[in-house]
Amino acid sequence: MKSESPSNHQPPLLLSPAPHLRGRTSIERDMYIVTGALLLPVAGAVYFFGLYVLLMLGTALISAVFSEYICKMMRRRVFHMDGSAVVTAILFTLTLPPRTPLWIVVIGAIFAIAIGKEVFGGLGQNIFNPALAGRAVVGVSFPVHFTEYIAPTTSWLGDGVTTATPLAVGVTPHWDLFIGNVAGSVGETSALLILISGIILIATGLIKWQVPLFFIGTVAGFSFILGQNPLFHILAGGLMLGAFFMVTDYVTTPLTTNGRIIFVLGAGILVVLIRLFAHMPEGVAFSILLMNAVTPLIDRYIRPRPYGYRGRKIGVIR
Amino acid sequence: MKRQICNLLRIKDTAGVHPPQHKLTAGTVIESAPLPDRVTLLMKQHSGAPAKLLVKQGDIVQTGQLIAEATTFISAPVHATLSGEVKQISSVVHPLTGELTTAVTIVSDGADNWVETVVVDPNGLSREEIIARVQRAGVVGLGGGGFPTHVKLQPPADKPIHTVIANGAECEPYITADTRLMIEDPERVVSGLQIVMRVLKAKEAYIAIEENKPEAIARLRTYLTQLDLPHVHIFILKACYPMGEAAVLIREVLGIEVPAGKRSRDVGVLVQNVGTLAAIYDSVACGKPLVEQVMTITGMVTNPKNLRVRFGTAASHLITLCGGVKPGGDKLLFGGPMLGIAQLSYDSPVVKAVNCILVTQSIKREERNCVRCARCIEVCPMELMPLMYYNYVRNKSYDRLAEYWIETCMECGACAYACPANIPLVSYIHIGKDELEKQKSDD
Repeated sequence: MKSESPSNHQPPLLLSPAPHLRGRTSIERDMYIVTGALLLPVAGAVYFFGLYVLLMLGTALISAVFSEYICKMMRRRVFHMDGSAVVTAILFTLTLPPRTPLWIVVIGAIFAIAIGKEVFGGLGQNIFNPALAGRAVVGVSFPVHFTEYIAPTTSWLGDGVTTATPLAVGVTPHWDLFIGNVAGSVGETSALLILISGIILIATGLIKWQVPLFFIGTVAGFSFILGQNPLFHILAGGLMLGAFFMVTDYVTTPLTTNGRIIFVLGAGILVVLIRLFAHMPEGVAFSILLMNAVTPLIDRYIRPRPYGYRGRKIGVIR
Repeated sequence: MKRQICNLLRIKDTAGVHPPQHKLTAGTVIESAPLPDRVTLLMKQHSGAPAKLLVKQGDIVQTGQLIAEATTFISAPVHATLSGEVKQISSVVHPLTGELTTAVTIVSDGADNWVETVVVDPNGLSREEIIARVQRAGVVGLGGGGFPTHVKLQPPADKPIHTVIANGAECEPYITADTRLMIEDPERVVSGLQIVMRVLKAKEAYIAIEENKPEAIARLRTYLTQLDLPHVHIFILKACYPMGEAAVLIREVLGIEVPAGKRSRDVGVLVQNVGTLAAIYDSVACGKPLVEQVMTITGMVTNPKNLRVRFGTAASHLITLCGGVKPGGDKLLFGGPMLGIAQLSYDSPVVKAVNCILVTQSIKREERNCVRCARCIEVCPMELMPLMYYNYVRNKSYDRLAEYWIETCMECGACAYACPANIPLVSYIHIGKDELEKQKSDD
């Protein structure tokens, strides 16, 4: 065939399969939106508990990113600064008591990334939420440091007054709980700030509103049935942080919205059971970790009914 | 009306993606492309068996002359698209399938002498005569499928067609050929639709157009009001890709699904692209063989245009007519950006059912591991779980693909578009389907 070049300087044509258009999404974009949303609770934590929080956060960030880099080198994989280690580090820090020694922060962050995520094959392969895995390990290993909660302080680097968390005591005005003016872990005290960042996540389409709603609803409903004050259980402890940032994690929760609703129903019931009947004041972290283990099972049972299968049984994956 | 309310009340949004539209030529009037000095006509420009060659080197042919005939029921004849001399009969790479295909090169005599065509009043023709005229003209589905139209006009006797949907969704970015056709030639589209309805004895017809094409909607609405056709309705679709896929369209317009393993005719519905309807009208009323089609030449060309193009024209001729490739363009697609087939060379000849020639710039993005964000599940119009295909193909567990209904996937590419990890899901699905097919044939 005669070649009829449309212009003299034609670059060679590239071949590739369709589609030739890609959306403006990326893992980095998702992760940095979450990071941005988390800045609000971080700012609140600094306001309530002083600059030491920033020291903890910086330690966690450096440990997490550096251990991810080392793990990738050891596994001979490409290291991507995709922001997932940053999110893990921030979430991990927010679950710690406000005066956690830095060496504990380092151990927890390394565990979260290296054991919580990389040994499973990196982002997307991990079974358990890395931040919560790190939190659970340091919480169980160094229990002494996890009973010392301080009241919100005006001395920004000082020691603060040690006190128990509202969940351990059981009476605190709701308004203080909502604003965050109570003793507790670094980032979980202010329901208001977490709510705002949660709304940012819903508005940007990163999380489905059903998931936090059903989680909080289950905790409220189940605690009410057991004769507790549901509002207190919603606002106290790490429930809000868990509802918007932990049970909405892509990797460790089921794939379908229906599956995620089942996940949060289970997690919600476990939260109340642990809070009321276990030897721990708080149960959000463990309830989510337990449900993480059930995620593959839920995914086998809950699948969308595909087009053309209306009115037919779709069965379960063995 | 009831259906529209149901649509509005549906809790789940219509699945799909919303790529930027880039309809550069939405306001550009269709022009007839100046004829090229030669055309390369492939023997397989349709789905089904290739046509059998009737001419030999050195023959003199006229425009519209039959040069290859259909040998089986599911096949279509090919006609000369220029008058002149048959210069060469050779094997060329098929621009859409990549297979080697017999092709006839005709060098133009510059005169464009047509064979004689018989103009008739379609209302005076019997059903059989209409189908015969459509078949003789080589009309195939011009929306992209290329399925021979006369086959669709003869459903089995026990499966009558009650509803015809004219597909004017044109949900792919860049393409405006159908939109311009509906704006400029509603007469031919609606006449073609009436012919189809008469042949099939269909009771209802819908012309489905996306809401983002108000000019086409207004034009057709005005025209339908003048004609006073109580059984032809305009259905306004949400603007969303892939609204124009037949299965999706049937669900949107009629609220029913085509059961798995069945075809649209099994639910009494026929979906026909608006360009095909115009071609049906031409073939029946004017006796004109299918030799040309409106194509959008767009993307990184200096002057994007909607052109009426003879089949067999080289892409390079059309791109030159549009002012050439802009710097940076390094990909030539036949079709839109979501479904288009990348071409090896600017010389690739256009075939029936190519409605767009898109010059674009390649995107280089690194494939990463799946993060289970489930966006692919959310956007899948068939409500499948594309990431499972990725998992199982990577593990080579091909037998498990059927558990996730891989055969239901129509490879629209919405999942790959939405994937934040840049996983080429359509390619994985392709491999999975091939391997599953191999396993089945081994058993």
